[in-house]
Amino acid sequence: MAKRIDVSALTAYYGAHKAIDGITLHVEPASVTAFIGPSGCGKSTFLRTLNRMHEVTPGGRVEGKVLLDNEDLYGQGVDPVSVRRTVGMVFQRPNPFPTMSIYDNVAAGLKLNGIKYRRSELDDIVEKNLRGANLWNEVKDRLGRPGSGLSGGQQQRLCIARATAVEPDVLLMDEPCSALDPISTLAIEDLIDKLKTEYTIVIVTHNMQQAARVSDRTAFFNLAAIGEPGRLIEVDATEKIFSNPSVQATEDYISGRFG
Amino acid sequence: MSGTTVPADEEASRGPAVGRVALRRPRLPGWSLAALALGSVAVGTGVGLVARLDSRGQWGLIAALVFVGATFALSASVEGRRHAVDRLAAVLVWACFIVAMVPLASLVWETVARGIPGVSWYFLTHSMNGVLSWQEGGGIYHAILGTVEQVLLASVIAIPLGLLTAVYLVEYGRGRLARAITFFVDVMTGIPSIVAGLFVLSLWIMMLDFGYSGFAGAMALAILMVPIVVRSTEEMLKLVPNELREASLAMGVPKWRTILKVVLPTAIGGITTGVMLALARIAGETAPIILLVFGNNMINGNPFEGAQSSLPLYVYEQWGFGTEQAFDRAWAAAAVLIAFVMILNLVARGIARWKAPSGGR
Repeated sequence: MAKRIDVSALTAYYGAHKAIDGITLHVEPASVTAFIGPSGCGKSTFLRTLNRMHEVTPGGRVEGKVLLDNEDLYGQGVDPVSVRRTVGMVFQRPNPFPTMSIYDNVAAGLKLNGIKYRRSELDDIVEKNLRGANLWNEVKDRLGRPGSGLSGGQQQRLCIARATAVEPDVLLMDEPCSALDPISTLAIEDLIDKLKTEYTIVIVTHNMQQAARVSDRTAFFNLAAIGEPGRLIEVDATEKIFSNPSVQATEDYISGRFG
Repeated sequence: MSGTTVPADEEASRGPAVGRVALRRPRLPGWSLAALALGSVAVGTGVGLVARLDSRGQWGLIAALVFVGATFALSASVEGRRHAVDRLAAVLVWACFIVAMVPLASLVWETVARGIPGVSWYFLTHSMNGVLSWQEGGGIYHAILGTVEQVLLASVIAIPLGLLTAVYLVEYGRGRLARAITFFVDVMTGIPSIVAGLFVLSLWIMMLDFGYSGFAGAMALAILMVPIVVRSTEEMLKLVPNELREASLAMGVPKWRTILKVVLPTAIGGITTGVMLALARIAGETAPIILLVFGNNMINGNPFEGAQSSLPLYVYEQWGFGTEQAFDRAWAAAAVLIAFVMILNLVARGIARWKAPSGGR
């Protein structure tokens, strides 16, 4: 079930360094929200606060609230492990587990969590998620081969299948296409379009055409200067952001008059 | 280039001016180096004979120096400075390699040549019980048994300890405790084996009043083994890309399961190699064995009770007897020990290759 996300006054630190400052943002369920902005403006950091991956980095800590269907992810007694099971993530560089086959990579989330499945159940889950990631036809004859033997685009779709196999409610994508060629990018974008009926999707991208193509809403982040924390400048319907943004800085960035 | 043609002599007079690099340069043909080598050997022999140098080593040294100098000079005149330096570096690298290989090859050759005649089924399956130093016969069964048991016991102690320490240092350790552990592991790496032996001797045998046993020796060997295992495992765990840990954590896998199911399997090939090398290292230790296991001519299969023997200790004892028969036994046992260590290394390489994550299609 797709869930809504309400972030209020979120500030994230790396040790003493403040990376993002006072971000308030709402993400509708079953929609695609794109984060755009210059490098170092805290898009990825913000994304990682949404499933508590930020605190995996030594010195990473967060102030503020992230509500997932009214439940605070940073509330007392909340287990980050359960949070990550609910909010899945796809990374910039495809990172299939090198020791595992294609099949085991998809089943990894289930197997690693130590839940025992019957072989037939697992087969169904693997097939369903590989089909969901538009990868099934390409790999169905070599499920036992190592996942690292696939092409970059296939590996990324494998990682998406792996992320969806644990049935999260939200899917975070951190520049999922930046290492891929245009054809693989198109395959992933089609996939995002298909997945958004079931998942709330948040995607960080440097490709503005991509943001315009796949997202319903777009958030523009910026930072005042190098070393300053990143801030949310504006968030609105994607059409509005790309045709008639309310803030001058957004228009400058989108039209390439930035900096 | 402008449209006007440049006179040939003017172009030639510019020579290798700025921006004009000749793509083709003269190179030395392959046979010229072989010829130089032969010539150098001839010069070395000639000088040696004329100057009546006794040592063939001096002849070889002269030949080598002549070869290096002549190669450099010839290459510099024909091919230019850069190629000459390149050849000089190549020759030096090869020379260092050969110098490093000579002792190793001669050691293995000597041991195998002198040891193999003494190795037989009888030698491998009998002890020294009742065999006097000047008598033929006798064997190393008790020593093999002792080495295997002591090394196994040491591994049982050291491998879990070392693995867990390395996992702590790489995956959890932050701040002062981690730095202190790293420091003490470094210090432990430099402990002489006799000191490890003395430590166990004073603690286990003198203070706690236990007797000599294979287990006491195994404890000292474990002290020597732990830092090697920690170091090699640490390096291997650091090589595991952080993206894999994050990929696993982002699926809601707890950290301990991530380490157990993702990090360790990814690094297992290298870890195994490190452990095997540590095993090979302690299998040849003598000093702590002399202090703690004492040595025994009879078969003692119980490592927890009574004196045992071991291969390095056996070699040392037999050498000490100073008789022809004992020398033969010492060489044979040394050959068996080297074979034991080599087999361990081969097994390690095999496991590393088998377990290495494959990236091929």
